[in-house]
Amino acid sequence: MKLSRRCFLSFVVGGAAGTALSPLPWKLTDDLSIWSQNWSWTPVPPDGEYTQVNSTCTLCPGGCGIGIRKAGKRAVKIEGLAGHPVNDGGVCLLGLSGLQLLYGPARVKTPLKRTGKRGGGQWQAISWKQAIKEVTEKLKELRKKNQPQSLASIGPNGSGTVSALISRFMKAYGSSNDMKMASKLDSDEQALFLTQGIQNGMVGADVENADFILSFGCAVLDGYGSPVRMFRANSRWKENSATLIQIEPRQSNTAAKADQWLPINPGGEADLALAMANIIIKENLYNSSFVSDNCDGLNSFVQMLYENYMPEDAARRIGIDVQTIIDLAHRFATAARPLAINGYGKGQNPSNLKETLAIHALNALVGNIGKKGGITGLSAYDYIRWPKVVTDTVAAAGLKESRLDGAGTNAFPHAKSLPNRFFDKLSAGNTSIQALLVAEANPCYSMPDTAKIKRVFDSIPFIVSFSSFMDETAMMADLILPNHTFLERYEDVPVKAGLTAPIVGLCRPAVEPQWDTLDLGDALIRIAQSIGGSVGAAFPWKNYKTCLKQTLADQWKDLEKKGYWMPSQSLQADADSKNKAGGKSGRYVLMDGTLETIYMAQDAPLEGDSRSYSMLLMPYDTIRITSLQIGAPPFVMKTVPDTVLKGQDGFIEINKKEATEMGFKQGQAVIVTTPIGEARVRVHLSSGLAPGVIAMPRGLGHTAYDDYLAGKGVNINQLIGPVEDPASGLDTALGIRAKLAKA
Amino acid sequence: MSGNVEHKSDDVNHDAKEASSADQTSMTTSGSGSYILLFFLLGLALSMVAGWVVFPKLLYTQKKQPLDFNHKLHLKEVDSDCASCHFFREDGTFSGVPALEQCLDCHYEKLGESVEETLFVEQYVDKGRQVPWLVYSRQPDCVFFSHSAHIYGANLECRTCHGDIGHSESLKPYEENRITGYSKNIWGSNIAGLKQATWDRMKMDDCAQCHETAGIHDSSVQTGRDACFVCHK
Ligand code: SF4
Repeated sequence: MKLSRRCFLSFVVGGAAGTALSPLPWKLTDDLSIWSQNWSWTPVPPDGEYTQVNSTCTLCPGGCGIGIRKAGKRAVKIEGLAGHPVNDGGVCLLGLSGLQLLYGPARVKTPLKRTGKRGGGQWQAISWKQAIKEVTEKLKELRKKNQPQSLASIGPNGSGTVSALISRFMKAYGSSNDMKMASKLDSDEQALFLTQGIQNGMVGADVENADFILSFGCAVLDGYGSPVRMFRANSRWKENSATLIQIEPRQSNTAAKADQWLPINPGGEADLALAMANIIIKENLYNSSFVSDNCDGLNSFVQMLYENYMPEDAARRIGIDVQTIIDLAHRFATAARPLAINGYGKGQNPSNLKETLAIHALNALVGNIGKKGGITGLSAYDYIRWPKVVTDTVAAAGLKESRLDGAGTNAFPHAKSLPNRFFDKLSAGNTSIQALLVAEANPCYSMPDTAKIKRVFDSIPFIVSFSSFMDETAMMADLILPNHTFLERYEDVPVKAGLTAPIVGLCRPAVEPQWDTLDLGDALIRIAQSIGGSVGAAFPWKNYKTCLKQTLADQWKDLEKKGYWMPSQSLQADADSKNKAGGKSGRYVLMDGTLETIYMAQDAPLEGDSRSYSMLLMPYDTIRITSLQIGAPPFVMKTVPDTVLKGQDGFIEINKKEATEMGFKQGQAVIVTTPIGEARVRVHLSSGLAPGVIAMPRGLGHTAYDDYLAGKGVNINQLIGPVEDPASGLDTALGIRAKLAKA
Repeated sequence: MSGNVEHKSDDVNHDAKEASSADQTSMTTSGSGSYILLFFLLGLALSMVAGWVVFPKLLYTQKKQPLDFNHKLHLKEVDSDCASCHFFREDGTFSGVPALEQCLDCHYEKLGESVEETLFVEQYVDKGRQVPWLVYSRQPDCVFFSHSAHIYGANLECRTCHGDIGHSESLKPYEENRITGYSKNIWGSNIAGLKQATWDRMKMDDCAQCHETAGIHDSSVQTGRDACFVCHK
């Protein structure tokens, strides 16, 4: 038998037929398809019992109730808590992406000690014992030299125990240089004191029940106040056919979705509000019974308006015509439940005090104080009632030294903390600060003129950061004592973000700490106790949880069960008693000597001269990019449109016509230069911006964190400098002069 | 290359010769044809053996369970049948294979002297480690299956899908598909996919078949139909 080619072929054909008649190909196809679903890099949800932990989100001041779904030990989803008084089931993009912060690569996983050059990113992992020891030794040394005042702290602007523990530590240690990051809440607080005599209070705005909302630049749909609550309010306005008027130079998301967008010249808010007040009073459209019963200083207010804020003059300054102002004043004054809200963008930066007062005055004129659909002055949270700190002689002497920032002095009697002035002083050569503690703040990124801030950091001999993430400020530290993230720790969250009633949420651990981190409260308690003496005695608690439990005393059980506590009655009663003490019970001051000075003062000029810098650069806020101490996680960054960020390139918005005249095409690279710095960006031609104004988002251009965030776009704080509001001492820069040139 | 070409042309010549000789004697023709048939059958037979016998042998690898487990014995000791250990949680989700914590309800100390019990206590209980059971019925992650809907909704018995495992005295070896990593029990032990009992297979078609015979046509909450979304959310 010869093995012919035909035989071979028939063998192959037979083999093929046999294979087809066997289960092999069919089974193999099935198996391969399943195999392709199980590649090792395909993420697979963990198995395990499904549970849910209810907590409070602390990623922004919003205070939303969240439910963290878990499978076994792993957190797998964050949802808004239905029925929660702040967000009733809603959640924002950042809250939703919180798990990426927990499990992401930017975490500081163990205490770190700097080994290389400052900012060089070289670290040595150390134990907690050593970390606490190193901090303690340094701090003891300063006290030994009788220089406790050379320790400064920068912390979150909160009313809860974390912020209070830092302040308590500073006090017991003997330094008044206890800085808190500033925001719109600071300017609101000062305005509230000046108009209603409420100390350390907060302004609640009943946005849900208003039917004519005048938003002076507030990013209602982009993260203003308590963001989810504002989304819901906006839906409610739509349902109830309420009117939203958005007043701001740029056609923001909110402007685009408002019933009317009123583009005004940057910084024209106070002028507009006061010109409207002028018209409302002149035409007798104000709520005369409310004003005569409750307001002080109407006559001098009117006189000031007639002298300085005549609609024609204001219109010229604002850049809109008089008739528009008159119409707006009519519509506002005759609406059933009008409401004016203030604070540019998300309200993460303080507002000019004049502007804040002017907008509040509009509400007062229409009798909108303490009413449904109006604004209410709420007094401070005061559930923290720790025994008074007993200072030793070193601390007492240190506390006699005045604060570097001048807050609380004659110049700024109502300010609690002025971090901008603190850094200005240090930058101007003051070398009195020898050590700095930074917690839950990222000043090296989020304060204007970052280069200056970094220089200041460089000049401080000893810096401790308590950051959970390797952020820009942690990068400048000598020691990092990483805090747990919000999903791993307890914290009380007293919400201040414009709610009409006080509410304290409970943030509690949803998962075990993923790394070798320690609660900030525990770290402070340990440091204080190891310094010992009167400092240690001021921290008598076993740990932070005990401190929290004792502080909340009777409320703790409820808080644990419900997740939040609404201390309304007690606070209101307190507020009233405080009002009486201030002699201003239930009254609203439209005008007095202090307010007059503020209204009559010239606005602080923008930095830079208009000849060399012909344009005005403004920051804008968007919910798609986080801009406070939390860097945007990857899910959030994915939502940024490519007219804002493309690859690594950030965009600057410019008026379309003007750009064409300047010879710029969409996407073209340009150099933006300001008196502070310069950066390479691409242009985005927009018809929603007046000529002469250019705008960039806050929150891009990180140099720290991880590959998902670092190096993307430009940090606008690199280009903008602080502008101090003479009335409040706060930095209220609305922008900076700038110019553009082809790259 | 050129060698190959030459070789090919040789073949052609050879075929041509064969063809011409076929004209001459019918004997040769039928001989050549039967060879071809023979080779065809040989190919057919070998590949059938490979597909039906060798392939299934190669496809699966046998794995031993970390511990042997006597279902029958346990069933006698507990009060609520299968649900004593394989229970529904308060929220309606199914606990599946018990976690160590459940075993500890009874086995917080050693019960008896069997080898398996000693192994269990020493290796898992004392060390607080979960037993890495190999689950015969584990489905891919893309499959959404609600035990609750089938047990409480459709009143199915455990054995309808899982067979009589509750009465077994020892765990059968786990045969893992080398390609997919899932148990042989999913496709079923018959490589052709044929089954006799309802619990012989756990593929998508088996789910569909049961839904079909039971006349369920609207079980997807999303679509109101009985299609993809029922199991693939
Ligand atoms: S709005 Fe703020 S508090 Fe609410 S979920 Fe988003 S980040 Fe968290």
